[in-house]
Amino acid sequence: MPRLENKVVLISGGASGIGAETARLVIREGGKAVIADRDEARGRALATELGTAAHFVALDVVEEPSWQAAIAAAKQKFDALHGLLNAAGVGVRNSIEDCSLEEFRRVNDVNALGTFLGCKTAIPAMKASGGGSIVNISSVLGLRGASYAMAYCASKGAVRALTKNVALHCAQMKYNIRCNSVHPGYIDTPMVAPRLDQNVGNMTGRQYLEELHPLGRLGRAEEVASMILFLLSDESTFSTGSEFVCDGGLTA
Amino acid sequence: MVVGEMTSELSGRVAIVTGGASGIGAASASLLDAAGATVIVADLDQRPEANAHGRFMPHDVASEASWQRLLADVLGREGRLDIMVNNAGISGGSGNPETTTVDNWRRVQAVNSEGVFLGCKYALQGMKATGPDKPASGGSIVNISSIAGLIGSAGPTAYTASKGAVRLLSKSVALCCAEQKNGIRCNSIHPGGTDTAIFNPLWQSVGREQGKAFIGSRHPIGHMAEPVDIGELVLWLAADRSKFVTGAEFVADGGITAGLQRRSLFAPP
Repeated sequence: MPRLENKVVLISGGASGIGAETARLVIREGGKAVIADRDEARGRALATELGTAAHFVALDVVEEPSWQAAIAAAKQKFDALHGLLNAAGVGVRNSIEDCSLEEFRRVNDVNALGTFLGCKTAIPAMKASGGGSIVNISSVLGLRGASYAMAYCASKGAVRALTKNVALHCAQMKYNIRCNSVHPGYIDTPMVAPRLDQNVGNMTGRQYLEELHPLGRLGRAEEVASMILFLLSDESTFSTGSEFVCDGGLTA
Repeated sequence: MVVGEMTSELSGRVAIVTGGASGIGAASASLLDAAGATVIVADLDQRPEANAHGRFMPHDVASEASWQRLLADVLGREGRLDIMVNNAGISGGSGNPETTTVDNWRRVQAVNSEGVFLGCKYALQGMKATGPDKPASGGSIVNISSIAGLIGSAGPTAYTASKGAVRLLSKSVALCCAEQKNGIRCNSIHPGGTDTAIFNPLWQSVGREQGKAFIGSRHPIGHMAEPVDIGELVLWLAADRSKFVTGAEFVADGGITAGLQRRSLFAPP
């Protein structure tokens, strides 16, 4: 039996990387995927490739009206909303000394405010659908610090705490909506791609990042998607407010 | 130094305490002052008692221009900066994930998260500045997060997210400084419910004594923290006694995060 039969899942950042792999898996497991992204060309192409169980909506995660329109479009297309994956995010390298206030705000807007707005807008739609599951992509850098990713760490730390707050609110209100955070290590996605060619000492960026993980390689988007699918599905109905790490042993 | 003269632990050190006019900030300023530091009380609040434990400077932590003015003043007058206590913060009311507005979210992040980011950024500038009195870079940054930065139940939505940001930001700053070997440390403190102005809305709705008893009952230890309970931790982290400590989390919460009963501190009884 498919693991997500007839469940409707909206995926921010669904046009590429972890979001796109999750869209593929959701559909393979019998669900409907609403691919929500700023990148219209890529998002539409993926939706076309995935067929009638996929639908594209334009989404700018920092704009509340954009979220409202995206959720409304999802409900109009598939009549319900059972799952939300907040995968849209930006990865920026900066330290406390070279990050401007403007850049700090931009990173925190996309990663933290964007995730908050996704939760806020999806909750009423999920309630109306009998409940659901929200999965927020944080990072290993929402658990541990990094000198070279100060603003990103702050935003992912915010996502970790926000997730617990949303989970407990929904539990207290008896909405039958769960909310968990996923903390990937370095995954071979467009977000990490620019780093692979940047040499670190006498190693290529790829070698450096591979050696960082005890498993000796980067993660694959489908490996994270597999964890997300578990959290979206009814296999995880007693899990809420928790942290799910997918990092090749990095934080161990 | 004259032989036999007692030197205070922090004499010669210069400290900035944001939100230093009241609550945890005032308690920290008082303890740092008593330990011999020169304290700058940086606060929006212009009350006369703001000068009690140091020199008052009007300051808005959310404004970068205000940070630039503050640092120029402190380095100009005192010639050095050793201790930065990023304490200023707001609860932003009692919004949950459904009722929190974008405006509320942005206002809370601007003070609690961006304010601490700017505080760390300018602290580094100040602590790296050397001169005749301070031959080498060094110092201690203490960021006041919250147990809401560790668990999800302790606060309003925007506040909880902002304190989660402060927790990770502190670690990143600590690691950046460690790599530079610049002698600057950075840690976060996670207080439980502390008897400060942040609870004024609750005191106004249910009365101060009843409110304190209610919040206290949610702590295994049975009562709220007094500001000085958190100030003592600030003092320890500010001083050289904690010189191997950086990037770490210090919880003072009467046992809340040790156990399973973790209910909101901001919801009315």
